Amino acid sequence: MTVAWAVDLGLAALIVAVAVATVTARGTFAAAVGFVACGLLLALAWVQLAAVDVALTEAAIGALTGMLLLGAAAHLHPTEAGMVAERPGVALRGAATLLCAVVTGALAIVVLSLPDPAPSLAPAAAAHLPATELGNPVTAVLMAYRAIDTLVEKVVVLVALLAVWSLAPDPRWGGRPGASRRRQRDDALAFLAQLLPPIGIVAGVYLVWTSADHPGGAFPGSTLLAAMWLLARMAGLVDAPAVSRRWLRIALVAGPVVFLAVGLAGFAWADRFLAYPDGWAKPLILGIEAAMTVSIAVTLAMLVEGPPERSLSPDAQRAAGERSSSGLEPEP
Amino acid sequence: MNPATIFGLCAAVLVGLGLFGVIVQPQPLRKLLAFNVLGGGVFLLFGIVARRGEAAGFGADPVPQAMVITGLVVAFAATALAVALLRRLFDETSRATLRPDDDGADS
Repeated sequence: MTVAWAVDLGLAALIVAVAVATVTARGTFAAAVGFVACGLLLALAWVQLAAVDVALTEAAIGALTGMLLLGAAAHLHPTEAGMVAERPGVALRGAATLLCAVVTGALAIVVLSLPDPAPSLAPAAAAHLPATELGNPVTAVLMAYRAIDTLVEKVVVLVALLAVWSLAPDPRWGGRPGASRRRQRDDALAFLAQLLPPIGIVAGVYLVWTSADHPGGAFPGSTLLAAMWLLARMAGLVDAPAVSRRWLRIALVAGPVVFLAVGLAGFAWADRFLAYPDGWAKPLILGIEAAMTVSIAVTLAMLVEGPPERSLSPDAQRAAGERSSSGLEPEP
Repeated sequence: MNPATIFGLCAAVLVGLGLFGVIVQPQPLRKLLAFNVLGGGVFLLFGIVARRGEAAGFGADPVPQAMVITGLVVAFAATALAVALLRRLFDETSRATLRPDDDGADS
């Protein structure tokens, strides 16, 4: 008991220390590194809170967020020196400190005065678990009880990708996202990018498959798949597909489309949106998860890659120009 | 103090720290980072609510857990959009500031 208590206390102290370093670090790059560390420590905290599904998601998504922020920190580095002049004065900093102390204090009081016994939906989730044929209550909530949340969230992520793509300058539209990377044969990154993906792909698919009965999930699984592709991409072993590719777009919408189709079919076989017929819940849920895994993996990878930055090749440009009246300008 | 209380207080500190960063840091990217720290604190508050709702043989209430998983993915998508906006702003203006461009010093 005391050992577990000490571990929790040490972990919480470590999280706070790393968060302080993240927020107050001098350089943006250091702050981004601190944020990645903070995310991993938070994943450990989730394990201590008996939420292993969340821990896996936090660790996986935290790594992708770290990648985004590190890339942006490197890209925006030239602006950093000039921003020192914009630092707020002592008065504002003092006021901000006071405000944040009040917010933290208020939250701490709320935490210490939470009702006991705590309200819980766990018994309700357990009561209907046999009907879904699932063993993992978190998956049951995500895919059955509150499937509408997951469906809408899928669409939100897709809309975010559309918004990112729409930031492309006109001449680049339809091209490949991110900078091109030269393939490097002899360095450690290329070696890892060849060694890790087979393991990572198996682990990612396993996380999705096992989430029906054990901690796992479509989100951490597909994040792992996206990370494996990004690793190969960083090493220059693969290139990002042009955003105008049809297979890419089909892969992006497959998950939401299958999810929506099953949801609408619920009207026919169970009289309600997103209802599953008796005895078919588990196969349908696994089918939706399979399609969702593909879509989320591709969406997350493309979100990290960012808007299209490279024009299509001249041939493809001509073809695109013939298809649509808004001809693409050749790259200067 | 049980784990829920310890990490609850930790979450309260994270929210305060994140808020401080959002207000004080002048760089938009730093604000974004601090906002993610703030978000981590909010998610952790959900985590302690879930942990306290342990019942029916589950170590934690599954409903807040599912909400956090959904929230994490949406937070990532929003961060990716904000980063893309910032990069485009820098590519267009060679600056990345939220200060209104009053003196026409835009290059």
